[in-house]
Amino acid sequence: MPILALDNVSKKFGALAVADRISFEVPQGQALGIIGPNGAGKSTLFNLVTGNLAVDAGSIAFAGQDVTRLRAMRRCAMGIGRTFQIPQPFGKLTVFENLLVAAAFGANEQEADATERCAAILEETGLARQANRVAGSLSLLERKRLELARALATDPKLLLLDEIAGGLTEGECGQLVETIRAIHARGVTVIWIEHVLHALTPVVDRLLVLHFGRVIGIGDPREMMESEAVREIYLGIEI
Amino acid sequence: MVDRTAFWKAETRTRASSLFLGAALVLVAVAIAAPAFVGRGALRDLFFILTMLVLAQSWNLLAGYAGLVSVGQQAFVGFGAYAMFAAVSLWGVDPISAIVLAGVAAGLLALPTGFFVFRLQGAYFAIGTWVVAEVVRLSLAQWKALGGGTGTSLPAGATRDFAPVAWIQGLFGVRPAHAVDILTYWLALALAVAAIAFIYRFLLTRQGLGLAAIRDNELAAGALGVDARRLKWAVYVATAFITGLTGALIYVQTARISPDAAFSVVDWTAYVIFIVVIGGIGTIEGPIVGVILFFLLQNGLSQYGSWYLLVLGLIAILVMLFAPRGLWGLFADRTGIQLFPVRRTLRQAGPKPQTSDSRGGPHG
Ligand SMILES: Nc1ncnc2c1ncn2[C@@H]1O[C@H](COP(=O)(O)OP(=O)(O)OP(=O)(O)O)[C@@H](O)[C@H]1O
Ligand SMILES: [Mg+2]
Repeated sequence: MPILALDNVSKKFGALAVADRISFEVPQGQALGIIGPNGAGKSTLFNLVTGNLAVDAGSIAFAGQDVTRLRAMRRCAMGIGRTFQIPQPFGKLTVFENLLVAAAFGANEQEADATERCAAILEETGLARQANRVAGSLSLLERKRLELARALATDPKLLLLDEIAGGLTEGECGQLVETIRAIHARGVTVIWIEHVLHALTPVVDRLLVLHFGRVIGIGDPREMMESEAVREIYLGIEI
Repeated sequence: MVDRTAFWKAETRTRASSLFLGAALVLVAVAIAAPAFVGRGALRDLFFILTMLVLAQSWNLLAGYAGLVSVGQQAFVGFGAYAMFAAVSLWGVDPISAIVLAGVAAGLLALPTGFFVFRLQGAYFAIGTWVVAEVVRLSLAQWKALGGGTGTSLPAGATRDFAPVAWIQGLFGVRPAHAVDILTYWLALALAVAAIAFIYRFLLTRQGLGLAAIRDNELAAGALGVDARRLKWAVYVATAFITGLTGALIYVQTARISPDAAFSVVDWTAYVIFIVVIGGIGTIEGPIVGVILFFLLQNGLSQYGSWYLLVLGLIAILVMLFAPRGLWGLFADRTGIQLFPVRRTLRQAGPKPQTSDSRGGPHG
């Protein structure tokens, strides 16, 4: 049974089809990369999967259960964790408290139990020194780390990452790849939207290419990158 | 650096808050004894301060934490007051039981009104709450047994013949009317302490943390599993209950009710918002500071009639411009003092010696 299955999912903003009969499945434990030009509908696809947006048509199943009509908070509690492309911290709470919210509600843990795990996640994501700082005072890069840390604190079975590697130095990017690899190695299914392809390719098992809200290919990362369709889309864009 | 073997804990208490807790207990003890050494006038002033404080704490929880900016809390003050009047004068219930019943009645009223106002967002929510209050006022103005549009008074014996009042009369050697004032003052004190303790304890729970998350970013809160809808409902009903209790208590003391007074948007919402805004919204300390300032202003300016409202408005505008987090916010920013801390500080509490950066506190 796939952990995530989309069946003919469609979404329009006015006349613009941002998801056009999207169907694909992600087996348990896989790492799937999603690429596509700006405005292809990648983030929208995440919002549909998490329930932050409602589908116009089609259905979404998570771990064999139809979640199409469930609210975002329910889907999170079931095990869908996500980051936001534009970080959405709880600005007046500290970094640690941001994680505590995720652990208490997303993973349904008591605060005392959650504390230890949150501290470990802060360390893993390189935020230990910022633990007691107010999230509103973080830099953009720190906010992106917080997005990842907070998603991890929900103890997800499926982790959705939306462009978390942008703006990192070579070294930081390598560290991030290692972190994601470790998370994946623990059995978490990962779907990762990323423009920074050299971060993505070492981690993902398959690559999905999205263009104008349509899946134009899904398969082995190398084959996808070399395929005619992808080359056409990215013509003139450095990858 | 972080020590892997260390064991972690989250702390909320600070030294200032521990000291304050001690001072607060002494203050409450003095306040309980106050009827022995202050006169009726002062008791009535304190009653006013305490009841306005409860209304302010309740509105602060609703608007400052749950983001539900209601301008219709007078619906629950008035409904609670009318429920108490009905229980006492129509059904012969004693005043204290009637106050509790009134709180429950107000909480129940919040179920249908919530069903209506929760469909509305932002400014429409505010307008919706006001419309609800007007509807409740107009409905109760039809209640002929309670005086219809002109109102009515509590039966003279209702409070005087109440056993605790007789006991207070004996205790302090005072007249019945004075004893009623002492009783209502004590009830207001108990209500204020209970409301503050309840709200503070709630903010320290998991649900309280969830509420803070919703306040900061509702989208992210939902994506992280916080049930915003349920929490907002809980806060809406709980504050209706507290507000209803307070309304009933105020009208036990006043002993005379009319729809216009009991559902006054100025008395029970505008003043309350003023208190919260000048004191500092989103803190427990704010309404305490706000209500004291409000009382002083009201006493100092009452002889100037309508100028008084103008000055209040002017002060509110100035505070909003120059201290958007209220006077308490201004003070707390300067000093870092919090009397009711809710911040969970991550600290190393392992057997290993602590490093300086594990101490937490407001750095950065
Ligand atoms: N709430 C919205 N209302 C209307 N249009 C929207 C909304 N959200 C996104 N869009 C539009 O839908 C299209 C797809 O947006 P989306 O954010 O999913 O793209 P993306 O693939 O994530 O792009 P990027 O690589 O820039 O992040 C864009 O044209 C965007 O302008
Ligand atoms: Mg995007």
